Amino acid sequence: MSAGEGPARRRDSEISFATRRRLFLVSGAVLAALMTWALAGMPAFGDYHGIYGLLLNRVAVPQEHATNVITAVNFDYRGFDTLGEEFILFAAVLGLALILRERRDEEEGPPDDDAVGRQVSGASVAVRLITVTLVGPTVLLAGYIIAHGAITPGGGFQGGVIAATALLFVYLGGEYLALRRIRPLPLVEITKATGAAGFVLIGIAGLIWGVAFLDNWLPKGTPGDVFSAGTMQLLSVAVGFEITGGFVLILSEFLDQTIVLRRRRGARSG
Amino acid sequence: MSFLPFAIAIWIFLVGLYGVVSSHHLVHLVICLSVVQSSTYLLLLGIGYRTNGAASIFVDIPLNTKAVDPVVKALTLTDVVVGAAVTALLLALAVQAQKRFGTVDPDELDPLRD
Repeated sequence: MSAGEGPARRRDSEISFATRRRLFLVSGAVLAALMTWALAGMPAFGDYHGIYGLLLNRVAVPQEHATNVITAVNFDYRGFDTLGEEFILFAAVLGLALILRERRDEEEGPPDDDAVGRQVSGASVAVRLITVTLVGPTVLLAGYIIAHGAITPGGGFQGGVIAATALLFVYLGGEYLALRRIRPLPLVEITKATGAAGFVLIGIAGLIWGVAFLDNWLPKGTPGDVFSAGTMQLLSVAVGFEITGGFVLILSEFLDQTIVLRRRRGARSG
Repeated sequence: MSFLPFAIAIWIFLVGLYGVVSSHHLVHLVICLSVVQSSTYLLLLGIGYRTNGAASIFVDIPLNTKAVDPVVKALTLTDVVVGAAVTALLLALAVQAQKRFGTVDPDELDPLRD
């Protein structure tokens, strides 16, 4: 970044804000018309007759013993798509960690709260009490949601995000340093990697078992039981691990940015 | 009235797009992008809806109950997860833009500037 370039500097090719808005209004109107035209040709709302989905509604329970058909679609009928989705998330978190890594001109400093001479009142007793009380039930709820993915609404994705919010409670109610202690990053990364690898390994185990990749090779139990739906529950747990690890990593990286990393004195950017 | 859900999806899409076009702040821009994306949730769920259909979870309803389409619901779930991941990645880029160029106004980010 060179000095002396004020925000007022504008390139010649730049169009003014008003022109840009007019351009958008015209093209947006055209786009709206095209979209309306396209969607008007759709089956009327509430009158959907997609054979595939309606068939799955009928066969998922007798065939796979999963009462939550959406989980059956995600972890069984279209499990391969979910594998791709999982790795999109994996790659995104990896990219985020890479983008936000400590740069050469940055150093890790003590959190603002611990700066010398700074008086921080911290969270009030009431906030601390509530957040600390909520951590346990949040983790429990996450476990419940993950474990019942094939039965009632829920699954690894939803439960994983709930588990990661437990971390935010610790941050809200306590200090950042306490947060660092309960969130050993290598363990978080291992959790995430285990989740991602677990999904693939459960799929490959099907090949060893003599069925197709990601086919349901475990005993399927009684529909509605926790131990039903075979591999779906295992996959749900694997995804739960990956999502928990991934979101804890995302939250930690952003918190580290605001709290610990600061520009080394006298360093130049670039 | 049967077009209403689709009309709202179009509306959310365009409102989000207007936010992206007129944005002066990268974080605002990323949030507008997720508004654009949320229109796809409504579109997907709107497509799969069947009048008076139950949710496709057969724990306490008989198997032959009329239920909405489960495939678009699974797609919406994928959509939400990928959306969250992409938003996080873009926000990280915004953080780096602020560090490197000292600004988060897209108009002041010049590709030719160091």
